Amino acid sequence: MKDNHFFKNLVIWGTIGWIAIFGAIPTLMLTGVSFLKSHTSNLIKPSFNLSSYIRLADPTIGTMVIKSLFMAASAMLLCLLIGYPFAYIIARAEKRHSRRMLLLVMIPFWTNTLIRTYALVAVLKADGVLNKTLMFLGLIDTPLKIMYTQTAVFIGLIYTLLPFMILPLYAAIEKLDFRLLEASRDLGANRWKSFRKVTIPLTMPGIISGCMLVFLPALGMFYIPDILGGARTMLLGNYIRDQFLTSQDIPMGAAASVALTLIMGLMLLTYYRSLKNSGRTIRP
Amino acid sequence: MMQFLKSVYAWLIYLFLYLPLAVMAFYSFNASKYSLTWKGFTLKWYGKLLTNTNLFDAALRSLTIAILSATIACIIGTLTAFMLHQYRFRGRKAILGSLFVMMMSPDIVIGISLLVLFLAAGFTLGFWTLLMGHVTLCVPFVAATVYSRFEGFDISVIEAAKDLGANEYQVFSRIILPMAIPGFVAGWLLSFTLSLDDVIISFFTTGPTYEVLPLRIYSMVRLGIKPDVNALSVVMIVITVVAVFLSRRLLKEKR
Repeated sequence: MKDNHFFKNLVIWGTIGWIAIFGAIPTLMLTGVSFLKSHTSNLIKPSFNLSSYIRLADPTIGTMVIKSLFMAASAMLLCLLIGYPFAYIIARAEKRHSRRMLLLVMIPFWTNTLIRTYALVAVLKADGVLNKTLMFLGLIDTPLKIMYTQTAVFIGLIYTLLPFMILPLYAAIEKLDFRLLEASRDLGANRWKSFRKVTIPLTMPGIISGCMLVFLPALGMFYIPDILGGARTMLLGNYIRDQFLTSQDIPMGAAASVALTLIMGLMLLTYYRSLKNSGRTIRP
Repeated sequence: MMQFLKSVYAWLIYLFLYLPLAVMAFYSFNASKYSLTWKGFTLKWYGKLLTNTNLFDAALRSLTIAILSATIACIIGTLTAFMLHQYRFRGRKAILGSLFVMMMSPDIVIGISLLVLFLAAGFTLGFWTLLMGHVTLCVPFVAATVYSRFEGFDISVIEAAKDLGANEYQVFSRIILPMAIPGFVAGWLLSFTLSLDDVIISFFTTGPTYEVLPLRIYSMVRLGIKPDVNALSVVMIVITVVAVFLSRRLLKEKR
């Protein structure tokens, strides 16, 4: 009996210890640091204050934060608009077919996003595939300047993150009981109405987890603006990185990432709510 | 008509997803260094890759980290999943919740909070900190993969074993572990690709003494297009595809 408990306790406390050391403690430390003051020569001054958070609202930084949020949100929306019909098509396809279609989405999903971002350069650059094609079709005379603009960063975000939207959407749509749709049609709802009243609410968990998987990385992927964007295109991720590595204002960087964590917390909360709600609506 | 529109739409999305990769692969076999025009088939960029010891070393380091972190993460993750599935105790929900939060956390937040931890603990950034960073990244994913496998188990087998006098460790090693092996392997491959593909956490948790492949590529790419980077990227994509296929196969067998 004794060694029974020994193994059980070992596993439980080992796991709890692991999560504490690499999950909870770093988060708490980061939060703690964000309330300190930065000091010259990379040292942190141990005095409690809110100056880093106040500076987040500062016009220069605030504009960057809002621009970055806006960029991530539009990438997320566009991914949702492009991804939903696509996920729906895969989910409704013949089983054998849909498995193959899904696998084709998995491959870019697992490919290094840095490499995929870099692959985009050859498409977007002045003498790249996109411009060559458009010129060949006679749609434009001079190459469009896409590389090193905000548009390139936007395209890059959508390109790298689209699979992250499609996969959870597919999982949610696949689970959907299509008899419910037939029932709603039988009861007199038109296509649009049954989509709005049945399909969307029931696939809400997928929509929200897809949105999270696109929105959160979109704020933090600093290498996308680095490779595709111009010098002035920045996401929150670039800012956080620069605070840690270039400006060496660690409290400021910590405050910005605490803000990012809070955004995540808010989204997780929405996710749980939607999970509960959809659980309730499934029951007749 | 509707069916036709659907296929057109699906093909367009696949075109969008694969065109850049195809263009990159095209460049990697193109004799011309800069232009899009085809100057003949060549393997010289792949050859150049083999002689580029810098890249080769970085690739070797990446593989080392990926193999080690996948293995360690699998051990921790499997034990975590086992615990969550098998035991009921106070704080179980909190652990489930924190694993989920760790899974969803933006990489950059994980990266810098680990950086703060390592700096505070006085560690020199390099191999060990990078390894810990990658293990942290992978454990929640392994735990989730193996946990979902555990849920399909027949609990009565475990109860029967206990009735017959097996202790907790024996239950784990004789019953749970053999049944969990497909999940374990799938989790390993998942961690392996996660680790190999990670840029952001590596960026913050490694030091100049231990530069891994994605970071090496990153610094090369910022200077513009390089044909040998194209070749290297194609090689990495192939490795990823093989890993995905393997893990899919292993996941399917159990289903």
